[in-house]
Amino acid sequence: MVRLESRGDVSRAWSLLSPVVAIVLTLISGVVIFSAMGKDPGLALYTYFVQPLTTAFGVTELLVKATPLVLIGIGLSIGFRANVWNIGAEGQFTIGAIVGGGIAIAFHDSDNFLLLPVVMIGGILGGMAWGAVPAFLKTRFNANEILTSLMLTYVAVLLLSYLVHGPWRDPDGYNFPESRLFPAAAMMPVLWEDSRLHLGAALAVLAVVGGWVILSRAVIGFQLRVVGQAPAAAKHAGFSQNKLIWFSLLLGGGLAGLAGVAEVAGTIGQLLPSISPGYGFTAIIVAFLGRLHPVGVLLAGLIMALSYIGGEVAQIEIGLPAAVTGLFQGILLFFLLGCDVLTHYRIRFGAPGRARGS
Amino acid sequence: MDFVPVILTVITASTPLLFAATGELVTEKSGVLNLGVEGMMLVGAIAAFAVASTTGSGLAGIVAGAAAGTVMASVFAFLTLTMLANQVATGLALTIFGIGISALIGAGFVGFALEPLPKLAIPVISDIPVIGPILFGQDILVYLSFVMILAVAWFLSRTRPGLILKAVGESHDSAHALGYPVIAIRYAAVLFGGAMSGLAGAYLSLAYTPLWAENMTAGRGWIALALVVFATWRPGRVVLGAYMFGAITILQLHAQGWGIEIASQFMSMLPYLATILVLVLISRDKTKIRLNAPQCIGKVFHAAH
Amino acid sequence: MKRRTVFKALASALSVGILAAGMASASAQTKVGFVYVGPIGDHGWTYRHDQGRLAIEKEFGDKVKTTFVESVKEGPDSERVIRQLAASGHDLIFTTSFGFMNPTIKVAKRFPNVKFEHATGYKQDKNVATYSGRFYEGRYIAGVIAGKTSKTNKIGYVASFPIPEVVRGINAFLLGARSVNPAMSISVVWVNSWYDPGKEGDAAKALIDQGADIITQHTDSPAPLQVAENRGVKGFGQASDMEHFAPKAQLSAIIDDWNPYYVERTRAVIDGTWKSQDVWYGLKEGMVQMAPYKNMPADVAKLAKETEEAIRSGKLHPFAGPIKDQSGKVVVEAGKVADAGMLLGMNFYVEGVEGSLPK
Repeated sequence: MVRLESRGDVSRAWSLLSPVVAIVLTLISGVVIFSAMGKDPGLALYTYFVQPLTTAFGVTELLVKATPLVLIGIGLSIGFRANVWNIGAEGQFTIGAIVGGGIAIAFHDSDNFLLLPVVMIGGILGGMAWGAVPAFLKTRFNANEILTSLMLTYVAVLLLSYLVHGPWRDPDGYNFPESRLFPAAAMMPVLWEDSRLHLGAALAVLAVVGGWVILSRAVIGFQLRVVGQAPAAAKHAGFSQNKLIWFSLLLGGGLAGLAGVAEVAGTIGQLLPSISPGYGFTAIIVAFLGRLHPVGVLLAGLIMALSYIGGEVAQIEIGLPAAVTGLFQGILLFFLLGCDVLTHYRIRFGAPGRARGS
Repeated sequence: MDFVPVILTVITASTPLLFAATGELVTEKSGVLNLGVEGMMLVGAIAAFAVASTTGSGLAGIVAGAAAGTVMASVFAFLTLTMLANQVATGLALTIFGIGISALIGAGFVGFALEPLPKLAIPVISDIPVIGPILFGQDILVYLSFVMILAVAWFLSRTRPGLILKAVGESHDSAHALGYPVIAIRYAAVLFGGAMSGLAGAYLSLAYTPLWAENMTAGRGWIALALVVFATWRPGRVVLGAYMFGAITILQLHAQGWGIEIASQFMSMLPYLATILVLVLISRDKTKIRLNAPQCIGKVFHAAH
Repeated sequence: MKRRTVFKALASALSVGILAAGMASASAQTKVGFVYVGPIGDHGWTYRHDQGRLAIEKEFGDKVKTTFVESVKEGPDSERVIRQLAASGHDLIFTTSFGFMNPTIKVAKRFPNVKFEHATGYKQDKNVATYSGRFYEGRYIAGVIAGKTSKTNKIGYVASFPIPEVVRGINAFLLGARSVNPAMSISVVWVNSWYDPGKEGDAAKALIDQGADIITQHTDSPAPLQVAENRGVKGFGQASDMEHFAPKAQLSAIIDDWNPYYVERTRAVIDGTWKSQDVWYGLKEGMVQMAPYKNMPADVAKLAKETEEAIRSGKLHPFAGPIKDQSGKVVVEAGKVADAGMLLGMNFYVEGVEGSLPK
């Protein structure tokens, strides 16, 4: 009989050790899976986890892939702490890209250096506007934000599809569903020569710092934590639940919008019918994997990005089907999430006995 | 225009949603949020298809679909209930895992054709015009979807175990204090949810479109999740929601055939916008929502001793 | 070994790990990479391209090594994958979706010694060739069959997105149908997806309920054809021969056959004769093929074969004038055929298509 026994407090050592345990378990399952697939497990694990990190290209691509995950993840983690379940970041990301990209397309002749800031602010405002809808429906009509934000995601993606198939189609593009290319003045500067590492990555790091400041230094961060952990106490203290809902959704939406505009103005350079491989949803995992802590979100975003890139490299180098890489990613997440229990509890085998001090 | 075939189409479009939402309703009523419906459906779909096409028995396929969904749910249950992992993240991870493993198993079944599940027409009464084919000319899973939601409605409102399950979802601490096995009850609810998702997948690959293709659920698991919230955790409204969603989806396809000239993307938005609108209308009365929403949903439970 | 020089230039100081990747390119093998937009298990577009990859392996055996990356999203991921293939010693890279166009061009500039082949695009470069199939030729034949077999004179068309490729198919189908039966009309339902078997099937049902007795689709799954089989109407297979999904309903199928082209281009790389080009192959070159004509009277099958032959020999062009658009305006005059620009960017419906084209 497996039993969990409360440690009473969070174990510092185990909060660092539990991911290590999880990764060791993942490696062991990796050996089993890859051997079963008839691949050399050592080589497979090497291509998956190490090879992407051995080139400057791999490292910069890892950061490019992690950028939207971290940006969105920071925003979501702050909202999740206050039990505001914004799962529509994918839609806010898309609207951010639409608004920012729309500005870039409208001024496609411009070489004004102010264009990029305007595009970025447009993206942030777009994401905030899309986050404001569930906030309004929640505070005014009590409509569940899980549902409204999810539904709005579909609406946003269809809106993008309409725009690139219709009014925003590249006039010289033979009616194919793509916008024209953004002007150079609307593109984010590249931080590392000969790579795609763009300004967005620096903004993601800034978001991590900002998130940390909000949570540990600002009054609203304190309120968010109290509401999340002790709603009754928060009510007693007179915190406005509505204010926190608005704050969470605007912040989450704004960061998702920024991620969206960073993706189109940082890497793609135009609007396409599909601009996100599900960043908004993956970022939810990233937020929880990071234990809703800004630094944790950063690390989780990097691990998640590595698992995607590693999957691609494994397909190229050793012909592992995409299905296996998805399966493996799922297992990695299961272990990471499951092992987190060790930070609060110790595992005991055998008959239940009283935990010390309880 | 003849409306009978249109209604029949709506039924097939709604049935997978109804199955998955019924399962998730029970899971959530026990206080657990499992976002892995999409993944469980996919695994149910391939298991059902693989078994049905190997054995030639649709019934064996249905059982396999339900079983596969249950196995997937047991992974989720172990992680969230025993290992106390975060439910939202684990559910999403379950979907990633489900997409991968279903594709892996399904690789050998791509391009296979299968006879659709037979219609179980009840003699004589299925010949009654209009209501005959609609009410009495369906395949076994359509009937089963209604049997299950009726059973769930009865179970939750009229039986003692049902009341206990709701109590666990309302307040796991009180239920535990009263001596109810919170974790065991939640295990049962999560596994039931998995079986229903598996059946939803089985319906897709055996009856709706009798074939296997990667990712063939195409987002229906997410819709089912939304339906449960939309229905404010009430079985009657789950049926209403599933059929309304199915109907709007089908009607927008028909509307295009009638030559209604709105960009198709806007037509495709309709079901989602309608869901938001209805949700706003029924959510305005806060007390009604509170009565039905499980208060402990998504929260980790661990008995101190 | 130029490839390796390029590779080394890109590598960081941590070049130890690169040896593992470098080993593969050290042999005399030619490496051919594929980037797919969908899973190889979609039984549609990507599946057919993967058949082409297998044809290369079969043809050249150990001389060639193929790799593929499936389900690559259009957008930022595709550029990374293409570049990774280029950097890991691939000599020839096929990028098989329109959305990979700009990433392919971008990566190609960085890797001048790697050859790229982009499907369905319109941008070429010294080391980027483009290729596509004249699938509208097959659709014209399907239209002829439909015009001869339909009793309701109404075709139901399940369509994905209003891009020129799809619009061209709709128009070709109707021109074919009207060439034998001027009363034919087409009703189009857009499902806004390349791939959602349930929704594709539902769209087919809606069209049948509205009186269509011929179903055809420009989406990837066999679901619309299965619906036709169950509802007792006729339909066509898409991308592959789908007869076993609908033995009674499939009249024929328009088959994408990339195999010969892929083998030909791989051979050109091995021989060192590869040159950039822009090809649009049809029935004549075998990139478009028709499945056996079945479930129809012998005279219709004969007419279909004759039409196929006429297109193959160049005697018949599906878009030969006079062609009128929906407003009745003549867009291609009698005695002329639609030019490449019109075909490539087609964004109007011909007379007889119901509804208006989504803009």
